[in-house]
Amino acid sequence: MYLYFLRRLLGAVPVLIVVAGIIFALMQLAPGDAVTMLISDEASEADKARIREAWGLDQPPFIQFLNFLGNALTGDFGTSFRYKMPVMDIVLERLPATVELSLAATFIAVLVGIPLGVLAASRPGSFWDGVASAFSFAGISMPNFWLGILLILLFAGHMNILPSGGREPWGMGLDRITGFLIIDSILQGRWDALLATLKHLALPAIVLGTNMMGIITQMTRAAVQDAMHEDFVMTARAKGLSERRVLWRHAFRNAMVGVVTIIGLEFGTLLSGAMIVETVFAWPGIGSLLISGISARDFPLIIGLVLVYTGIFILMNLLIDLFYTLIDPRIRMN
Amino acid sequence: MAAITETPRHAATRWQKLRRDYRHMTGFKGLFGITTVVLLIVLGLFSQWVAPHSPSRQDLMLALTPPDWSGPHILGTDHLGRDIFSRIIHGARVSLIIATAVALFASVVGVGLGVVAGYFRGIVDSAIQKLAEIFWSFPPLMLAIAIVAFVGQGLTIVIVALTAQRWIPYCRVTRAETMALREREFILAARTLGAGHWFIMRQHILPNVMLSVIVMTSFAMANAIIAESSLSFLGLGVPPTIPTWGGMLSDSRSYISSAWWMALFPGLAIFLTVLGLNLLGDAMRNQFDPKLKSH
Repeated sequence: MYLYFLRRLLGAVPVLIVVAGIIFALMQLAPGDAVTMLISDEASEADKARIREAWGLDQPPFIQFLNFLGNALTGDFGTSFRYKMPVMDIVLERLPATVELSLAATFIAVLVGIPLGVLAASRPGSFWDGVASAFSFAGISMPNFWLGILLILLFAGHMNILPSGGREPWGMGLDRITGFLIIDSILQGRWDALLATLKHLALPAIVLGTNMMGIITQMTRAAVQDAMHEDFVMTARAKGLSERRVLWRHAFRNAMVGVVTIIGLEFGTLLSGAMIVETVFAWPGIGSLLISGISARDFPLIIGLVLVYTGIFILMNLLIDLFYTLIDPRIRMN
Repeated sequence: MAAITETPRHAATRWQKLRRDYRHMTGFKGLFGITTVVLLIVLGLFSQWVAPHSPSRQDLMLALTPPDWSGPHILGTDHLGRDIFSRIIHGARVSLIIATAVALFASVVGVGLGVVAGYFRGIVDSAIQKLAEIFWSFPPLMLAIAIVAFVGQGLTIVIVALTAQRWIPYCRVTRAETMALREREFILAARTLGAGHWFIMRQHILPNVMLSVIVMTSFAMANAIIAESSLSFLGLGVPPTIPTWGGMLSDSRSYISSAWWMALFPGLAIFLTVLGLNLLGDAMRNQFDPKLKSH
């Protein structure tokens, strides 16, 4: 088991290196280099050449790539052009906001999607099945930036009961311990801060969770319905178990493997969705950081963030695989 | 006795079977989907004749006019006084071009690699699988964003950027189907008759994977439209001079409290189009191949 984990972990390393290579190659395609972007046009060619030499930009691309890779492996992505701070520091500072938002979105998606899917599967062709189907198709087809704008219009503008953006009100004065505002406000016993945090989190989390909710509903329905036709369900019914118990303890439990996989896989989509939702709601996470970094052409920041995002995504996929083998022994040996 | 009065079962079942086969396509999902696709194609191709106004004609005197069903601007105007209805119709063109191009290139690349991988297996298969794994290890949209961020904006770049990952689902499904097909008797028979590899792949395998490819294309187009409008919304899509649904939504953010129509209608266009394509894909999947559901 540990050996398997180690092998999978090592297997991810070459993939990450190639991914870094693709990003590096894209960077070479960008018009102009860092020097032309940063140094004023008035600097003499000799000065520019000296800076290029100091930064190693006069080296052949392959050597530059090795330097870049060596630095990236130690978590050093260079200094952001715009913030004049190490990229890794900025990313680490803003990462909790994105993680908090993504987890909240997943929570909402699971909370609505799974019961709705099970309900639909237990009564195929019924009214609730139709509702679940309409809900899931709408969720999957919903552009999240549009839903975000509409909800801001409704809840922040028209009804004025929820904030339109940001993560906390001005001057909430909550000390950062973990960076997760929900945990921090509980740790400090600041219930007012907790309420404010939840109010700020509500709209972005709902918007981000909508697509995932649609997919979870659909997958749960399909998986539970498949399980309902299995022999063990017939056995459970023959034993005289109540229909509710058959549904949840037998059919749903067996459908869980597929549902959990989908939740894990969709987490990647959630990461990309977070970039857009963060932009709509001015959420101070790494997604909005990346988008603003792109418009400022802050290349070290962009590269660092793309690598961090991809790293998280690869790690997530690895964890799903491991989870798979943990709950389904049949896969373990292959 | 009863047997005599019964209608001939044979004829009845054939009619029922026919009806059942086409029920999916003529049901709500199929009809909604087909209508959407036809509308998208017609509006995209003939936008300059269908749209009542030029999408770029500005009239600041008329800026932010609310929707008026009987007036000249039925869906209102934006902050520069441009007609929103006309811009949505012209926006259909960008969506149509990008969705079609991405689906076309992704299917050609993906099906080609998938058939080759599944047919030859061995080292060719491993190499193609590794390639897919690498491109799939970027979160969705991230690779596209990175490409646009470094290389620049433009219609061609957006198409390339979205195709970069979209070929992979095609590749996976056709590879799996090809692996199953190549063990079948008719392939063996063709090989015994002396048919070459490329002939078998073209004449015997490709036609048999086409149904899945058509079904996947509907989903690929839906995905491309969402992705393109997301990029345009973030200001990373086609140049802002070309009207796009995502770009219109991006514009609407500054006027969110005063002009709700700027946000509502372009988003509705994206939502209904993507919904239609997803429903069409689902209807076709139920119709042609219920097995595909697991993908």
